[in-house]
Amino acid sequence: MRRLEVLVCSGTACLSSGSEAVKRALLEAISAHGIADEVRIVETGCMGPCELGPVMLVYPEGTFYVKVRPEDAEEIVVEHFLKGRPVQRLLWAEGAPAPREIPFFARQKKVVLANCGIIDPEEIEEYIAAGGYEALGKALTEMSPDEVIEEIKRSGLRGRGGAGFPTGVKWELVRKAPGSEKYVICNADEGDPGAFMDRAILEGDPHAVLEGMAIAAYAVGAKRGYIYVRAEYPLAIQRLKRAISQAREYGLLGDDIFESGFSFDVELRMGAGAFVCGEETALIASIEGRRGEPRPRPPYPAQSGLWGKPTLINNVETFANVRHIILKGADWFSSLGTQTSKGTKVFALAGQVKNTGLVEVPMGITLRELIFEVGGGVPEGRKFKAVQIGGPSGGCLPEELLDVPVDYESLREHGAIMGSGGVIVLDDSACMVNVAKFFLQFTADESCGKCTPCRVGTQMMLEILNRITEGEGTEEDLARLEELAQLVKSASLCGLGQTAPNPVLSTLRYFRDEYLAHIRDKACPAGVCPALIHYEIDPELCRGCDACRRACPTGAIQGTPGKPPYTLDQSRCIRCGACLAACPFGAIARLPGRKE
Amino acid sequence: MEKLEIVRRFPRKRDQLLAILHELQRANPRNYLTGEDLRLVAEYLDLPLSAVHDAVTFYSMFSLVPRGKHIIRLCDSPPCHLAGAWSLLSALKEELGIDVGQTTEDGLFTLELTSCLGVCGVAPAMMIDDEVYGNLTPERLKEILARYREEG
Ligand SMILES: Cc1cc2nc3c(=O)[nH]c(=O)nc-3n(C[C@H](O)[C@H](O)[C@H](O)COP(=O)(O)O)c2cc1C
Ligand code: SF4
Ligand code: SF4
Ligand code: FES
Ligand code: FES
Repeated sequence: MRRLEVLVCSGTACLSSGSEAVKRALLEAISAHGIADEVRIVETGCMGPCELGPVMLVYPEGTFYVKVRPEDAEEIVVEHFLKGRPVQRLLWAEGAPAPREIPFFARQKKVVLANCGIIDPEEIEEYIAAGGYEALGKALTEMSPDEVIEEIKRSGLRGRGGAGFPTGVKWELVRKAPGSEKYVICNADEGDPGAFMDRAILEGDPHAVLEGMAIAAYAVGAKRGYIYVRAEYPLAIQRLKRAISQAREYGLLGDDIFESGFSFDVELRMGAGAFVCGEETALIASIEGRRGEPRPRPPYPAQSGLWGKPTLINNVETFANVRHIILKGADWFSSLGTQTSKGTKVFALAGQVKNTGLVEVPMGITLRELIFEVGGGVPEGRKFKAVQIGGPSGGCLPEELLDVPVDYESLREHGAIMGSGGVIVLDDSACMVNVAKFFLQFTADESCGKCTPCRVGTQMMLEILNRITEGEGTEEDLARLEELAQLVKSASLCGLGQTAPNPVLSTLRYFRDEYLAHIRDKACPAGVCPALIHYEIDPELCRGCDACRRACPTGAIQGTPGKPPYTLDQSRCIRCGACLAACPFGAIARLPGRKE
Repeated sequence: MEKLEIVRRFPRKRDQLLAILHELQRANPRNYLTGEDLRLVAEYLDLPLSAVHDAVTFYSMFSLVPRGKHIIRLCDSPPCHLAGAWSLLSALKEELGIDVGQTTEDGLFTLELTSCLGVCGVAPAMMIDDEVYGNLTPERLKEILARYREEG
């Protein structure tokens, strides 16, 4: 045991902000000071607070450093590692509290993410030391496949990929499906904008997914598994490859695992940039080397999946839950969460929230707790406006609904969905019509085009939204939007089309006033839509510095240096905002509404 | 010849199609798939050329026209949009002197848009080849591009 253990986050977000260079600088500094054999540096997966990266954690005390630069390494080594004085300016929280005392971590309950940010995902020994593959051993040597399925059923685990289908029931369907050749597929195509939990699990604890798959394969009677990962996740692919080959070396994949007679192996398959491939039938088509287009269900993959054989397909996070249920039991699992939604859920916090990143909380926590206690609320000086939850199939919920518990049914009842767990916090600077437009644009772009309602309907809805944000909308347009939404929902083949209108419907439901302001008053209340705003110079604040006149590309601003106030000619203004950015005295304001 | 070696590393099974296409595209300095590549795969996997073509055109990561040495993929999904990806796009276009889907004259960069890269915690974000860059600002963008230009 070394004296100090330094965990350096090597999740993609931290790598993108330079954690690799930090690690190298630390290694150099500990050698230079002759303490290389006292300090162990471990590269881990995502620790959670990605925006503060690169982050690192020093044990045994559990000192949490944020925004560490390679230049800081020397000071950390000298002051902290040698003299025992944590470097105050790099601490996340004053007084170097242990992570569990930092509010961001205090409300979390880490089950799926328990290893993430703690172990080195590239070393199977670390996973095993943390109890890894014990659940597989237990399932194979002490339980029958039916007992495994029963345990999963009793736990109440539901799919984490979006729809929330009971996992044990799905396993049973595949087990009972006729046929001797069956497959297990892990859906790692994570594509919902705002979601990055699957990536974190794959990068930070890949063996947990393999173990879950192996247990599932034993339960349903499969010998082969596939993990379908999107090509946009090269680090996840690299770590999975390594994990698979290590598991094979240890005999945890391959023939006769734990001398139980059970054999199972896993192969990786890569996507190629098509969101719709996350849909299970499209994913199967893609693995088979075809266009990733969905097909009608039934038959469900459980009956006829890969190569027409019964196939179990579950999400990354779903599989990552399995080993905990097998080890700690269904009763323990179902003691977490609510009546209908058991266990924990990993959420990705993004948007206008202080602590963006990855968190895991018990199901049933309220949106308010999730956003304000764990997420730290919206940044200083801003006001919370809405939360977009469930990605492009989800919806926007307003402040009045912040006390809604986060579970499958409650969210659905209010027009959002759990989805994969993307949570995007919006403050008063967001225009809800615009937000709806962004999400619809996403689904319209990603529609595979196979069904007309999805392909054409989303385009027609988009045109209406564009009209509204241009100030050309009418009140009839709102009714038309709702009609089209119903049509697209009911007549599309797959979930993409069936849920595409949700962001529009939920904003129409909760933020109708904002649509009406765009239509009736020709004003964008948030001051976002360029056609529905104007700029004004406050004569009291203007000092006549000339900066705005020089910045304006159309010569809309007049004045003489040193002779305030300057004036703005609305008829020439193209509302580019260059003057606002240029004014050093805050004399220019962006205001809702047009001004001719 | 070299291409044939790449293809032969894979089992002759249809479910290897995307993986082989990825490798062939990567092996091409201009980051695209040639007609010859498609024929090679079709023959190797014993598929009609039309089936290979059909698959290739479905996936946004495959290109049938030459692209730059480095592919820049700016995330165009809502969280990045809300964090200012739009102004980054103008900055990128200006800095590179090209529009989305085009390649710089020196053949160094192709500019593309992508859906969410799964690093929304550090939005706005982009990928250049396999590297992810987050918390982007127009200034950071310039620095990053300068580094690639230096390396050529
Ligand atoms: C358009 C579309 C995209 C989807 N994308 C994903 C995805 O990226 N990951 C995922 O696990 N499930 C995704 N799903 C859900 C899958 O079809 C499927 O329900 C899921 O993988 C089942 O796993 P689970 O029961 O463990 O949730 C998507 C569905 C649709 C309609
Ligand atoms: S609903 Fe849309 S994405 Fe789904 S199959 Fe139809 S066209 Fe394709
Ligand atoms: S930049 Fe501001 S202070 Fe200067 S002239 Fe314009 S409005 Fe006045
Ligand atoms: S990647 Fe480091 S905290 Fe998320
Ligand atoms: S929205 Fe851009 S990385 Fe997720």
